[in-house]
Amino acid sequence: MIARRVFMYLFLGVTAFVSIFPFLWMVVSSTNPSVEVTKGRLMPGTHLFVNLSNLVEQIDLVRALANSLVIALITTGLALLIGSLAGYGFEIYRSRAKDAVFNILLLSMMIPFAALMVPLYRMFAWLSGKMPVIGIDTKAAVILPTMATAFLIFFFRQNTKMFEREMIEAGRIDGLGELGIFLRIYVPTMRTTYAAAAIITFMSSWNNYMWPLIVLQSDAKKTIPLLISNLGSSYSPDYGMIMTAIVIATLPTALVFFLMQKHFVAGMLGSVK
Amino acid sequence: MRTRVTGWCFVIAAVVLICLFYFYPMIQAFNLSLKSGVGTNLQYVGFENYKRLFTDSNFITAVTNTFIYLIVQVPIMIILALLLSVMLNSDKLRLKGLFRTAIFLPCVTSLVAYSVIFKYLFANDGLVNLLLLRLSIIDRPIGWITDPFWAKVTIILAITWRWTGYNMIFYLSALQNIDRSIYEAATIDGASAFGKFTKITVPLLKPIILFTSIMSTIGTLQLFDEVMNITKGGPGNATMSISQYIYNLSFKYTPDFGYAATVSYAIVVLIVIFSYMQFKVAGDR
Repeated sequence: MIARRVFMYLFLGVTAFVSIFPFLWMVVSSTNPSVEVTKGRLMPGTHLFVNLSNLVEQIDLVRALANSLVIALITTGLALLIGSLAGYGFEIYRSRAKDAVFNILLLSMMIPFAALMVPLYRMFAWLSGKMPVIGIDTKAAVILPTMATAFLIFFFRQNTKMFEREMIEAGRIDGLGELGIFLRIYVPTMRTTYAAAAIITFMSSWNNYMWPLIVLQSDAKKTIPLLISNLGSSYSPDYGMIMTAIVIATLPTALVFFLMQKHFVAGMLGSVK
Repeated sequence: MRTRVTGWCFVIAAVVLICLFYFYPMIQAFNLSLKSGVGTNLQYVGFENYKRLFTDSNFITAVTNTFIYLIVQVPIMIILALLLSVMLNSDKLRLKGLFRTAIFLPCVTSLVAYSVIFKYLFANDGLVNLLLLRLSIIDRPIGWITDPFWAKVTIILAITWRWTGYNMIFYLSALQNIDRSIYEAATIDGASAFGKFTKITVPLLKPIILFTSIMSTIGTLQLFDEVMNITKGGPGNATMSISQYIYNLSFKYTPDFGYAATVSYAIVVLIVIFSYMQFKVAGDR
């Protein structure tokens, strides 16, 4: 019995340690010069500010952060609006035809992005000729294909099942229009659902790599994952500096996680409720 | 009638966007897969591209690699996640929150960021080799990135590190919904811990295990960020995934969009087959 408990703590302890170790190493390395990192130093050093100033001088991290932030915020705003409108519409104004459409939309979750990248790239390359503002190498091209996802529609629809219909009737009696009911009653009542949806959408947009890699070409447009990827493949890497960059890139999502852990988990689990 | 129109107004934006950015490209991809040529200079070749798949050694390597990741990594990760969730769900455990948060933490990193960290940790002169050498577990550095076998191991370790906690959270929330009295009854009947795990926990969690294994399978079939940033698909093509092959065909080699689209359809077919198989296997009982 005791042996089993010891084993359990040992197993959990080792797994927990292995899980956090790369983070610790990343943070510690960001305070050390490159030479010390390669020697395997595991103690915090005093090189953080040197790494930071090297980073600011050599790499346009601020611009990449700004690009990522703008893209992630706009994507999240639009995706939440479109997804919640649809989830609400499919559930509240339920009909056989709409259910059929909904089921077809769900099929899009089975389509891997790798299968879409070639035709999407060609679509945006074609658009570049007609409307350069939404063509290749624009933020709009990154945002557009990720604005509507079957996952978010599904997520909002599932959560709308818990929304009390009486509130809609009450709204109608108070003379609110259908859109008014959605905006004035549904949106405020479903705050936690929106919070969870916002977190997952923001995270996936902030971390998105493949599509921006294809569609963004100039250095000025690069997002954080593209920048980190470039740094990671540099020929003679300055480890201390690169680790500092990764720490900064990870900070926003880590903050979101620690501040809103409950919503975060709710968002993840939302897909199987 | 009026409410019917209103209902469609709510869903129309999403429907149009999903058709435009998912279904229309899939039709385009099929059309493209019947053509061949360089860049935008394409001619109809019928099903030639599909025939080419079976003789293309790069494609076969990419599929084999992806299958190796799938067959080795997904079961390891799911069993590990199940064990961890059962341990974390036991009443007497202390520091529960700490363990849970720590094991879940890898999920907050972006795929690119953690890939770069793993690439450095597992470099020939990286920390992992350094520690193993210092502890005299090995007497010369392992080629975690440069050896065809070990490079696959590194990719598998990396994905397992990133996703085990994610799957664990799903099991944990499902476990919390299981009625404790079932376990108490089993204990009175003299069931062992292992017996309770295989006879009660696993069957009750079957739907969620199915869900997570389908999600992991789809994820693995789409593997891209990690191989791209840890090994670049190398050494040679030893770690190249199908997604990366499509990327290479379209944007790295001389662009052959027609053939790239054909390979894309191969992934879709694989996803459908695997999901169907997992449903069948889990639906047996």
